Amino acid sequence: MGSEMINRRSALKSLALGAVSLLAIAAGTFSAQAENKELKIGFVGVTSGPAAAWGTSNVRSMQTRADWLNETGGVKIGDDTYNITIVTFDDQRDPKRAIAGMEKMAQEGIHYVVGPNVDDGAAAVRPVAESKGVIYFPYAFPKALYTPPASNAVLGMVANYQSGPAIYKYLKENKGVKKVAFIAANESDPLSQRDSGVAAAKELGLEVVAEKDTYQNDTRDFTPVLTPIVQLKPDLLVLSGVAPANAPLLIRAARELGYEGLMSAETAQDATVLQEGAGELANGFISVGGASTPEIRTPVMEEFIDRYTKKFGEYNDESNTKVYALEYIVETLKANPKAIDNVEEFKKTIDGFSAPNPYAKDSTLKYVGATSFGQKRQLSVPMVVTEFKDGAFQTLFVGEVD
Amino acid sequence: MEQVIANGLYLGAQYALIALGLTLIFALMNVLNFAHGQMYVLGGFVTYTIYGQLKLPFVVALICSGVTLAVIGALMERFLFRTVVRRSKREESTMLLAAATAFFLDAVMLLLFGEKQRGVPKIVSGVFASEGVILPYDRIMVGVIAILMIATFMLFMQYSKPGRAMRALAQDRIAAQLMGVKVERYSMIGFALGAMLAGIVGGLLVSITGVNSGIGGPISIKAFLMVMIGGAGVVGGAIAGGFILGMMESVGLATLREYGDVTYLVIFALLMIFLSIRPNGLMGKPWG
Repeated sequence: MGSEMINRRSALKSLALGAVSLLAIAAGTFSAQAENKELKIGFVGVTSGPAAAWGTSNVRSMQTRADWLNETGGVKIGDDTYNITIVTFDDQRDPKRAIAGMEKMAQEGIHYVVGPNVDDGAAAVRPVAESKGVIYFPYAFPKALYTPPASNAVLGMVANYQSGPAIYKYLKENKGVKKVAFIAANESDPLSQRDSGVAAAKELGLEVVAEKDTYQNDTRDFTPVLTPIVQLKPDLLVLSGVAPANAPLLIRAARELGYEGLMSAETAQDATVLQEGAGELANGFISVGGASTPEIRTPVMEEFIDRYTKKFGEYNDESNTKVYALEYIVETLKANPKAIDNVEEFKKTIDGFSAPNPYAKDSTLKYVGATSFGQKRQLSVPMVVTEFKDGAFQTLFVGEVD
Repeated sequence: MEQVIANGLYLGAQYALIALGLTLIFALMNVLNFAHGQMYVLGGFVTYTIYGQLKLPFVVALICSGVTLAVIGALMERFLFRTVVRRSKREESTMLLAAATAFFLDAVMLLLFGEKQRGVPKIVSGVFASEGVILPYDRIMVGVIAILMIATFMLFMQYSKPGRAMRALAQDRIAAQLMGVKVERYSMIGFALGAMLAGIVGGLLVSITGVNSGIGGPISIKAFLMVMIGGAGVVGGAIAGGFILGMMESVGLATLREYGDVTYLVIFALLMIFLSIRPNGLMGKPWG
């Protein structure tokens, strides 16, 4: 009877100890998780409608990278470790909605926002960003956004007025291009890209045979638009600011009309979209990508692509460029933890900032743009000029912007 | 000039086919189906999945697009539009419902098929080239199919029992009901037929222009434009509107290119003048 009591007591003790241990472990785990603070990074851009591909590749890149960083314990900035939360807002390519989106970000206490994706949206959010203390990373090219007195916008990619001259020069010297024709969608971004492209081509001494041809962005059949241009027989047809959805349709229509010259664009494209939409007719198409080609890719980039593909089912080549913005934000905050809630500190860090580039070989993360904007307000991403061939991009040459 | 006319005729044939379904639904139910473009896009995605992804024959994909959209159209009529038409006296209720359906379909397609432009391999290779005209064979084929489909549709409406019933409904709903036409059944058939036409033309054109989830709205706007030119609710008007718009686009883009993108500006200006003179379009309403 006595030994039974002892056994029961020991059993109860063991149970109690086990329960306490479990609670302690659970509490420990909880407190370890709770230790991580939350760092909210915003996105305001287009994720619906015909241009949805531009913003969606931004959002998905950010979400993939944020999940990856959180999974590996978060990001250590100063004495604190943060889990990253991506807060997104679809501006539907409408400047009014972009303003509402930026105001929402400010209300949530977010200081770093990726986007907007287009010129008018990026210009519209400027007053909100500057008055509410938000640094934003547009994919839009107007120089006024990045030139003093503006100081809160940082261009997230290579601008067409930086890549265009390099491409035309290469094609003039290596492919004998003399006559160029431009075509653009009748919208602010493509039109401004066309105008600067025309200026660059003329400066290089190229003959511009078409510079006013435009199309509606929702055009589905480009044969009528391209018929008169093809008859001019240019050596190079520049698709200024062309959206990934329209590029294969334009290429296909031009080739089917008998155009045999070169075609190029200064915007990032997607290999799968080109292959599906134009097939072998897209061979030889020249465009600008980010760290896109296997030659300069690091294992981290390979893993990013793998994680993105697993998460969303299909990779988007535009994300080779779009992956950089979040990385720059995080690394700059690491370099100056005071910038976590103070964008003036962030601005102070920009000039001297440098960190290893995890995505491209022999490359560093640094802010550039001094030549174009008079101050460093651009992310340095590799300017990889590619040629499409049999379903994939091949590197023509790699350049750098300052 | 021959090339410009050929482009216009081809565009006109595909536009007319797009407008047919829209005008049919309007004629039968007095519903401005803002989701017509989204139905077209969905048809394109069905063909993309079956022909482009599963590698089944193009005809099978086209049939699946038609059937899928017919079923969706019938369900929409039965559970959404019929209820709203019965309960609401205000015409704008159906318009709001149609707009909501369009947004809903947009969101669903974005989730299901993603944001990317999709395309399928060409159904026919090669290009017809004469001295004045260059036209790829697949465009010629699509143009011919479109014209055959338009002809079949008109014969169906003219001589078949359901076609006659639907025409009666379009002319006078109450009189048709008094004469024994089952209004609800033929409204559903008509809505399904309109949706099916959108699905088939979406599937047909995915082989040429591809498809992406954001183009539904612009397609609807163009379809409304054609219907306004031809006269709402009139089959012949939709066909005429399609060909007129196609030809205006082709001629405008060829002749006005030096002045920038003014073609649609001119088209809209002409349309405003035209509608102020003939508010019911070329052939007016009702059809019969």
